[in-house]
Amino acid sequence: MLRAYLPILILFLVAFGFAAFAVVASYLLGQRKPTRVKIAPYECGISTPGYGKTRIPLRYYTVAMLFLLFDLEVVFLYPWAVTYKKLGLFGLVEMMVFIGILLVGYVYVWKKGALEWD
Amino acid sequence: MIPVQLYFVVSAILFVIGVIGALTRRNAIVVFMSIEMMLNAVNLTLIAASSYLHSIDGVMFVFFVMTVAAAEAAVGLAIFLMMYRKKDTIKLDEFNLLKG
Amino acid sequence: MNLNQIMTLLPLIILASFAMGILLIGAFAKNAKGTSTIGYIALASMVFVFLSLFLFVGKGKMAFGSMMRMDVYSIFFNLVFVVIGVLTILASISYVKITGIHSGEYYALILFSMIGMMLMASSTNLVMLFISLEMMSIPIYIMAGFLRNDDRSIEASMKYFLLGAFASGFFLYGLTLIYISTGATSYQAIANFIAGTQRWNLSKLIWVGIAFITIGFGFKVAAFPFHAWTPDVYEGAPTSVTAYMATGVKAAAFAALVRIFFSVFSPFQHDWTSIMWLIAVLTMTVGNFTALVQKNVKRMLAYSSIAHAGYLLVAFVAGNAMGRSSILFYLLAYAFMNIGAFTILMVMAKKNDYHEDLDSFAGLGFKYPLTALAMSVFMFSMAGIPPTAGFIGKFYIFSAAVKSHDYWLAVIGVLNSAVSVYYYLRVVVYMYFKEPEEEIPTYRFSAPTVFSIVLAVWGVLQLGILPGDILNIARHSIMALM
Repeated sequence: MLRAYLPILILFLVAFGFAAFAVVASYLLGQRKPTRVKIAPYECGISTPGYGKTRIPLRYYTVAMLFLLFDLEVVFLYPWAVTYKKLGLFGLVEMMVFIGILLVGYVYVWKKGALEWD
Repeated sequence: MIPVQLYFVVSAILFVIGVIGALTRRNAIVVFMSIEMMLNAVNLTLIAASSYLHSIDGVMFVFFVMTVAAAEAAVGLAIFLMMYRKKDTIKLDEFNLLKG
Repeated sequence: MNLNQIMTLLPLIILASFAMGILLIGAFAKNAKGTSTIGYIALASMVFVFLSLFLFVGKGKMAFGSMMRMDVYSIFFNLVFVVIGVLTILASISYVKITGIHSGEYYALILFSMIGMMLMASSTNLVMLFISLEMMSIPIYIMAGFLRNDDRSIEASMKYFLLGAFASGFFLYGLTLIYISTGATSYQAIANFIAGTQRWNLSKLIWVGIAFITIGFGFKVAAFPFHAWTPDVYEGAPTSVTAYMATGVKAAAFAALVRIFFSVFSPFQHDWTSIMWLIAVLTMTVGNFTALVQKNVKRMLAYSSIAHAGYLLVAFVAGNAMGRSSILFYLLAYAFMNIGAFTILMVMAKKNDYHEDLDSFAGLGFKYPLTALAMSVFMFSMAGIPPTAGFIGKFYIFSAAVKSHDYWLAVIGVLNSAVSVYYYLRVVVYMYFKEPEEEIPTYRFSAPTVFSIVLAVWGVLQLGILPGDILNIARHSIMALM
């Protein structure tokens, strides 16, 4: 029973060994010339703009709220899609009503100007 | 195979953590996060129960709970925003006009 | 689902279409004149709902795959909600102008939350019960904060939202535990399961579940010890919203409470009666005794609303057919008298100065005799003095308690009622026997507001003098309960 896991154990050892080898080898062979950029927490070539505690525009929360609502409605589309054939025309009509209600909400949000940024 | 009772225990613990958080914290957003945690603990219970009872009702319930939680979150954020605009803080202790 | 079943949903469909229409009209029309037009549209929707309800009299129909049931019981409650809606909307039309709520959303939210109330009264499934509870509550969280420039309104909204969400967490957990222990979400299936299982074989979790949903309901009806939010929220919210939620939420929560406890958990009646007994007594007593010391009339009415929840719980504890039908009757009576009293407060409100304290009522009887007379009728009714609706309601509630041989409960209830006379009559005394300290401001009476007050007075007196018909309907409604 446990023999079946033997290849996995071997693979694990090889992977671990290779990783350890690479780290140790670079530690022994490599040379270190630290610069300000190199010791920065994360370097990807672009210097970071500003710092972490920037203030976010209040508008962002409105967008987040709307996203949350409209995103979660999709939850009901999945079960409907799965059983689409069984539900037939009635299911389609019902889903159209559901989407229609969402659309009313969307038009309302649009008209109220919640989607405009600035 | 993890017995289903463990799921119930874990979700009960999560629920209690949520309750304690909601009762002890003083920041509106943190309190609301604790309440969301209570709802999600219930979701875990529902999923576990649904598989334990072999009934689909629980999963269906979870969909609705998620939607309701999202609606609540949207309304909650709006209310907190209104609080912040008025007083520049969302610490609950700052809102103490009504008493007696 | 065929056409017949869709017809069952007609009142809800009408309400939902109007609500969405109003939402869109509100978004397109911006000026204040548009707002009162929207108010009249909302009023029209109430008329249509009222007419559509008569299509179903005498039929018990299921809809949404037996998730809700349109029986006489739900129709009775739907009528109560229509009454509440009509009175609130009529009173709101000039109140929103005074306080500067220039938005169509206000009426849309009233209708949306009314859909939740109607579903709550007719839901026969745990999932539906939860959704309808939230559908009722979420619009009211928003409405409580509609006076965006008033600190008190914001605070009320925040408190109601946080505590409401907290309580609905418990409510949801309770529903889940009932689902785990019975394996079903429909009332019928749960009732069958409980009936078919020996008591000691039932999972203990069902008791925890029942306790948790009691917490949820207790919060919504403002029962002790879950009443702490009530005075703050009722005082801070716009008065029209306070009137709406004091009556509507209470009625919907009691509708669902009575339906689930008497149709599903009736085998356990002896178990929950004892704890409910304690809650009823404490709710009445705490509400009445705290109301005694209030100087602000709106806050006093909030505490009195706790006390009224206590009286309703007395009828619930009595548990017999008479008790249950008196809950229905009392909720209707309470709608008339409570919204009436709040409408008077709405008339007295000025922008940024709400004239809610007791001193504002001093001498009102001389300058505005009719208004003072109407207020006196509402106060007499709340105190339970004949010939008003409140008297008949209390009479039946306490008779139900006596009938179920719970004499102590009846005695405590009557004593509480006697205590409450003091603070209700104080308002009347202020109006007629106290010199005003400063000049009484000029109050403007618009036609809809006057109509609302007249309607409320008529309701209080009609139910007080000729209660027979409504009591009969209430009795039939209870019979229809599955």
